Amino acid sequence: MKVPLSWLKEFVSVPVKATPEQIAQAFVNVGFEIEDIEYQGKDLKGPLLVGKVLSIEELSGHKKPIRYVGLDLGSGKSRFVICGARNFKVNDLVVVAIPGAVLPGNFVIAARETYGKISDGMICSAKELGINDEHTGIIVLPEGKVGSDAIKLLEINDVIFDIAINPDRGYAMSVRGLARELAAALNCKYSDPASKVQVKKLNAIKSSKAIPVKIEDKTGADQIFIRTLDQVNTKIPTPLWLQRRIEKCGMRSISLAVDITNYVMLELGQPLHAFDADVITGGLRVVRANKFAKLVTLDKVERKLSTDNLLICDANSALALAGTMGGLASEVTSQTSKIALEAAHFDPISIARNSRFHKLSSEASRRIERNTDPALTEIASARAAQLLIDLAGAKYLGSSSAGLVVKPRKIKISIQKVSELIGSEYTSKQVKDALNLIGCKITGSGTNITVEVPTWRPDLVSTADFAEEIARLVGYEQIPLRLPTGKSGAKLSTMQNRKRQIALMLANQGFTEVINYPFVNQELVDVLGFTGDRAKSFKLANPMAEDFPLLRTHLLPGLLTTLSRNINRGAKDLALFEIGSVFRNISPLNKIELPTTERKPSQKAIDSIYASVPNQLLFIAGVSCGEKYLSNWQGAGSKFEWSDAVFKAAEIIESTGNKYEVIGTDLAPWHPGRCAEFKVAGKVVAHAGELHPRVIEKLNLPSRTCAFAVILSGLPEAKISAAPKIWSMPAAVQDIALVVSKNVAASDIEESLKKGAGELLESISLFDRYDQIGDEKVSLAFTLTFRAADRTLTAEEVSGYRDEAVKRAGKDCGAVLRA
Amino acid sequence: MALDKAQIEQELANALSAISKAADLDALKQIRIEFVGDKSPLAKANQALGSLEATQRAEFGKLIGQARASVNSAFELRSNDLSDKRDLVALQTEKVDVSLPVRRVLKGGLHPLTILTNEISDLFIGIGYSIAEGPELESEWLNFDALNIPADHPARTMQDTFFVEPIEAKLVLRTHTSPVQIRTMLNQKPPIYVICPGKTYRADELDATHTPVFHQVEGLVVDENIAMSDLKGTLDYFAKSIFGNNVKTRLRPSFFPFTEPSAEVDIFFNGRWIEWGGCGMVNEKVLVACGVDTKKYSGFAFGMGLERTLMVKHGIADMHDIVEGDVRFTQSFGVGIK
Repeated sequence: MKVPLSWLKEFVSVPVKATPEQIAQAFVNVGFEIEDIEYQGKDLKGPLLVGKVLSIEELSGHKKPIRYVGLDLGSGKSRFVICGARNFKVNDLVVVAIPGAVLPGNFVIAARETYGKISDGMICSAKELGINDEHTGIIVLPEGKVGSDAIKLLEINDVIFDIAINPDRGYAMSVRGLARELAAALNCKYSDPASKVQVKKLNAIKSSKAIPVKIEDKTGADQIFIRTLDQVNTKIPTPLWLQRRIEKCGMRSISLAVDITNYVMLELGQPLHAFDADVITGGLRVVRANKFAKLVTLDKVERKLSTDNLLICDANSALALAGTMGGLASEVTSQTSKIALEAAHFDPISIARNSRFHKLSSEASRRIERNTDPALTEIASARAAQLLIDLAGAKYLGSSSAGLVVKPRKIKISIQKVSELIGSEYTSKQVKDALNLIGCKITGSGTNITVEVPTWRPDLVSTADFAEEIARLVGYEQIPLRLPTGKSGAKLSTMQNRKRQIALMLANQGFTEVINYPFVNQELVDVLGFTGDRAKSFKLANPMAEDFPLLRTHLLPGLLTTLSRNINRGAKDLALFEIGSVFRNISPLNKIELPTTERKPSQKAIDSIYASVPNQLLFIAGVSCGEKYLSNWQGAGSKFEWSDAVFKAAEIIESTGNKYEVIGTDLAPWHPGRCAEFKVAGKVVAHAGELHPRVIEKLNLPSRTCAFAVILSGLPEAKISAAPKIWSMPAAVQDIALVVSKNVAASDIEESLKKGAGELLESISLFDRYDQIGDEKVSLAFTLTFRAADRTLTAEEVSGYRDEAVKRAGKDCGAVLRA
Repeated sequence: MALDKAQIEQELANALSAISKAADLDALKQIRIEFVGDKSPLAKANQALGSLEATQRAEFGKLIGQARASVNSAFELRSNDLSDKRDLVALQTEKVDVSLPVRRVLKGGLHPLTILTNEISDLFIGIGYSIAEGPELESEWLNFDALNIPADHPARTMQDTFFVEPIEAKLVLRTHTSPVQIRTMLNQKPPIYVICPGKTYRADELDATHTPVFHQVEGLVVDENIAMSDLKGTLDYFAKSIFGNNVKTRLRPSFFPFTEPSAEVDIFFNGRWIEWGGCGMVNEKVLVACGVDTKKYSGFAFGMGLERTLMVKHGIADMHDIVEGDVRFTQSFGVGIK
């Protein structure tokens, strides 16, 4: 909320020496964030005088109509200025900057020749003076002495604080509430504007002409006050002091009656509405919309009502969207003479719903949503009625009200418990002083005290609520520091450790980690050719960008997009990886009733909440293109290829202590002949290889771009493994070359050789592959290394094992020794 | 063979002179045969000692021994000198320019958010916290209701939330990692000491300081006798571990539905106060919804944006750098080894 210092000072004895910055800091210290400080008039230097328009000469023949205006500035001599605005007439009072004056933006006013005349000053608009954004015309003053200082008249020199109000502090959306906080923060005198209002005097006046009121829906309001006034003179303009105050709070002046209701709302925090009472049939009623289907509100929008909208109605029709916006039919206009002023304590939730349903947030609804002071309905309506009497010459007819009598609540709190919760010993004097500052009354002594809570603080209920008030007013800076420690033996979980170590492994191998938004679109999903579970996306109900409405089912869309971005920025050789969750819409989403939070839900209810949340697989995926071994002055490098991606997937799986099977598969978006599928314990856990050339082409990626994707959460947690025995006897090495059909997987041959070679085989490695022998056959050359625990193997023994291995490969895979 | 002192001295002089004149290792090899080896005059003189009388043997033995020692030592010295000289020439020709660019593998790197998360996890593990994680697509009850944010509370509109279709499924992209706190309290009994790092979502447009997808780390402690002073001490420890020992922290009163009292935590870093995160004592209503015995236990919670922490720590001016995945940005952080 915006509030001018001048208004705060009416109720707070701010120390003379306090600077605006110190005042701002005082607000911050008690929990009110200052979003902005506006120093009005800081860049403005007079003379700025009230002038009376004596003559207007229209100058034609220019691009736009121009006026040459004669002004009386009280000096006895006319002053002539050029003016482009047209919203004034002879005898109007205007604001004139005299040569020598400086307007905001370092705009120095000087006599100058323009449009063939000498312009000896300037008639100013509000924007030119930096007091608001109004620039459609110049200021026409409702009052003022000719030749007097307009800076003073317009109360321009002021400091305006824009203060963020937290949702639990509705009372602070008023000068009344903020002044109280400032007084508490500065520890200086405060006087409550509400206590100055002469309620009794008005309440004594009674008349049958007063509009009656009823609360028919008691869930919607518990207090309402209607004050009826007659003979309101709507021709009277709003006095400058009032107009300027509501402008400084960021509202616009509309008409005297409306300005008065806004003024009182800003001052006290109670939203008020003025009805044209001549429109009202019978009395006013607080009701739910039910049968009322439509209401045209003040902004001239016809609104379709929801049955539970809270309304103010008369005997026949809906008049206002309660606490949110008035209706056009009962609007106070220049024709109005009888006014019914309404002030109510509405149910915050009902008004929040009104506001949300109609997407209509008003100054009134924002206050009511945060809860208003129920005791204010009587006081604020009296304040506004008195202003209508004083300023608009209205005649007071009387009041009506409905609802409960408001009584302050009494709550027992323990100072010891407050101290325990904050971790700081508070004395009873500190507690009493702090609570008195916010309007509480304390009785009792010792640790258990009774607090009478002011009506404007419905948020104060529990010990913690009071603890916050005491702690913030004594000062959070006085709370000591203590470092509690948890349980011994804390460590990363298996999955957390897995994520960390694998990320580190990839980063150390030249992969760069990226973290992509998980938003994708159907087009990208289609290009990648996702099918099955990977084609089942969740759709966002309210996506950020309409072109990215889906949640990712896989990491590749994001990774490939980021790969492209890097390429577009000039990178050529790239290896990226990401670890992240994916979202697959594969189990039915059921409508779920959520339990109350007043107690812990039953285990059944908790389980059904958990079950309502879809399982989200954790993936690690990577993409690479260009060179893995870089060309430089030493010579040519080598490029990433399918085998690098396959190796990466294998390495990740192995790093978790899992064994895998690998087979060739055909799965989009991979190349149908260059895609490996990995299984652990019979379940698919990874795919890797080169991307499909068509995908590469459509996404404009470098040829042979490769990718791998491993379901990190799908890899079982490996058992503790036994360490291998390391034997030191000499090894015996045998090389063999086998010829086999191209359709046989190398891994199958290796497996057969292992089986055939027996248990003394220590390792096996493929050292050559030759596929130019024709006849759809390929030659594979392996090194077999044998070792025994207790002896040096003889040549005969080892060649025996080798022969067995070859035999087995022949039997299983049709392999023969290469001639 | 007759032995003659003058001759021995002459042989010694001859040997030393030859050694000193040897031009290279090959010449020295010849000299070794001639003057040092078994066939050298001094070796022969030594062999002749046996034929002398005892008194003479001692006298000549000493003389010859000293002479041979001198020759050996001179030979060693010369040999070392000549080896050094040879190496100096030979290795000079093999000299390379070690400043040539030699990287032939790609530079990798962890995302700085990962590095920061690891750092934070480690420092909290050090004081007995576990790392709790949960799903990003989350139940509304866990993201809002259980956190004292009922459907019509203004706080619920404070955050622009991503909902998934159908709305009746009541699933949202979590707006904070607080649902992980709720899951933790529902699933385990106090004492609870956890931090919850993770990805979070709010419908803010990406600009220099906002991103719809961001990361948070939250902390939750529920134990006996937990007070706001514990929160303050923990945050100070946290800030000093991340920003260095000179950083100062302060709490400012604030509001969150899930804490009471609530505060903003600011840090004084690089000469100014910066808003860092939110915190407070866990609201009793939240503890009750999770079945925590509020007579016995109290708790505190805090939450920080990791992007913001990163921006402050490393002076990153633009959020785009953190989210776009430009390898030049990420690689500059390496793998976080200091």
